[in-house]
Amino acid sequence: MKPFTQVEGRAYPFGRKNVDTDVIIPAHWLKTVSREGMGQGAFETVRKEEGNVFDDPEYEGAAILIAGDNFGCGSSREHAAWALDDMGVRCVIAPSYSDIFSGNAFKNGILAVELPQEAIDRLMEVARTDPITVDLENQVVTTPFQDRFEFQIDPFRKESLLAGRDEIGLTLESEGAIGAYEERTAVERPWLTPATA
Amino acid sequence: MAGRMDQPKTLYEKIWDAHVVEKRDDGTCILFIDRHLVHEVTSPQAFEGLRAAGRTVRRPDLTLAVPDHNLPTTARRDAKGNRIPIADPQSAQQLEALESNAPAFGIRYIEDAAPEQGIVHVVGPEQGFTLPGTTVVCGDSHTSAHGALGALAFGIGTSEVEHVLATQTLLLRPSKTMEVCVEGALGFGVTPKDVILAIIGRIGAAGGTGHVIEYTGSTIRDMSIEGRLTVSNMSIEAGARAGLIAPDGTTYAYLKDRPMAPQGAEWDKALRWWTTLPSDPGAVYDKRVELAASDIAPNVTWGTSPEDVVAITGAVPMLDSFTEESKREAAAKSLDYMGLSEGQAMQDVAVDNIFIGSCTNSRIEDLRAAAEVAKGRKVADGVKQALIVPGSGLVKRQAEAEGLDRIFTEAGFEWREPGCSMCLAMNPDKVPPGERCASTSNRNFVGRQGPGARTHLLSPAMAAAAAVTGRLTDVRELMG
Repeated sequence: MKPFTQVEGRAYPFGRKNVDTDVIIPAHWLKTVSREGMGQGAFETVRKEEGNVFDDPEYEGAAILIAGDNFGCGSSREHAAWALDDMGVRCVIAPSYSDIFSGNAFKNGILAVELPQEAIDRLMEVARTDPITVDLENQVVTTPFQDRFEFQIDPFRKESLLAGRDEIGLTLESEGAIGAYEERTAVERPWLTPATA
Repeated sequence: MAGRMDQPKTLYEKIWDAHVVEKRDDGTCILFIDRHLVHEVTSPQAFEGLRAAGRTVRRPDLTLAVPDHNLPTTARRDAKGNRIPIADPQSAQQLEALESNAPAFGIRYIEDAAPEQGIVHVVGPEQGFTLPGTTVVCGDSHTSAHGALGALAFGIGTSEVEHVLATQTLLLRPSKTMEVCVEGALGFGVTPKDVILAIIGRIGAAGGTGHVIEYTGSTIRDMSIEGRLTVSNMSIEAGARAGLIAPDGTTYAYLKDRPMAPQGAEWDKALRWWTTLPSDPGAVYDKRVELAASDIAPNVTWGTSPEDVVAITGAVPMLDSFTEESKREAAAKSLDYMGLSEGQAMQDVAVDNIFIGSCTNSRIEDLRAAAEVAKGRKVADGVKQALIVPGSGLVKRQAEAEGLDRIFTEAGFEWREPGCSMCLAMNPDKVPPGERCASTSNRNFVGRQGPGARTHLLSPAMAAAAAVTGRLTDVRELMG
């Protein structure tokens, strides 16, 4: 995973609620066996709208995306996180996320910051003209106008993001415990090994 | 929260506790995964990751692969039994990747033309791969369906697919719990699909975020496994990663003698454990919602979020009825996309396409319900495409044995091969831009059934009613 410490710069003031992963990356972009190049398909339907933030030169190359409630709902496609990463987005700020999306973002080193709607409203306003700073170590989002919004994050995710940790490698450190669990359940719940069809 | 001792536990807490391999100081747990379903769209990058890191699949015996998303629903083999090539080279490549990855990593694979092939969430329960009290994952958000059998089942991303393949575990924190209790008998023409649409309409598309929903109450208990699968399937549309329904006699009768279910003495032992799983009296949920079955009508969606639910006898809401400005704006945008006006009666909405299928509504009971309405009637002239897509080859065979296929084809429906079909626009079955579809699938998102497609979610019986009248229709007017 790519480490995440701090991001400073312009942000897309997107702001919409219930943005589903079909909107972030439509299904026809999923017909690939690679993780690369998804950025081209990111927000394809939104980009057909005149005056959309993603094609506004003002926000070109922004590394932060501001959105409304329930961002990333719907399909579990990790391609949504790959698409954001490929378009250069390292951090999303929204009042809430779907559980699957926030996990997928995290696994790709994208920080999903949760802030209340009032803070989102203020950041949307600032983002139209000025940069925003997201500092993971200190768990705070700041603006050039002395705004300061502290956010909460799961300590495990914070530590992993700061270190850019390989989660599979970490779990495999507990291989002994996994093996012991398997031996125990093989006795207690032997039916868990499926019958051969 | 999971892990409490000596006090009443919920079904969720019992399953969670039985699967914790290790708990870290920060509260994150290594959770053992009993069942992993794999399909062609979200797995290639995971297998590639394993190869790049020189890792293997820890428990191929707990993994089952089946292609479904990309497959065309037209014939897959010619008269000589040779594969009819998939025209889209990218879809063909994803299928080939799964066909080579599964045997390379020792995973059981159900091939595209096998009678057992179907949508992963139809195949898992049907084969007895999904069992009560198990943890079930798949790189697909509708894995929530399997909760209908009392399994803790949820969708995962591709990195997690790789994690499960390599370790047979996931790193997770316990979810909060929500009880959704539905009491009473369903009215005439009201189905499990109407129940879950009513629930989503009530709690909202994010109402279950961070929670696992347990569905309780007599309405749920009285449902068949097929009906329960429909309900639990759409938990994700209410924001809940997983849904759960306590296993009971209906569950055990459904699973007995399924090919991959335990047999003989192991069945007896499993049954003894399963009967301990239902939530204890007095178990506490973080949230609780109650619905009365008598308040639920046949429902349809009018907008582009599954929470945009209205009774078929109702109308598109007036924009002024949304007090929150952002919701009003979202509704206006939805109506523009959907080509509908505020206040328009739902039954006045003409449809161009009918889709009966998907992991939500493609099981035998769904097809029976649709056939009952279609029998002796004809698909209306204005309808351009009316697809019936069984959820699996076994469902297809059963339906054919019951003569349902003939009812459908005589009425002018197309009878197809199993797969995800028109639910998600990843295979040739799509709704053309600007056209409207009455669909038994689970998502009415912008572009979900194809760019510019307009989706109305409803039950199989309601979809069949729309097919024969050419407009959204209260199925009760056509029944008995």
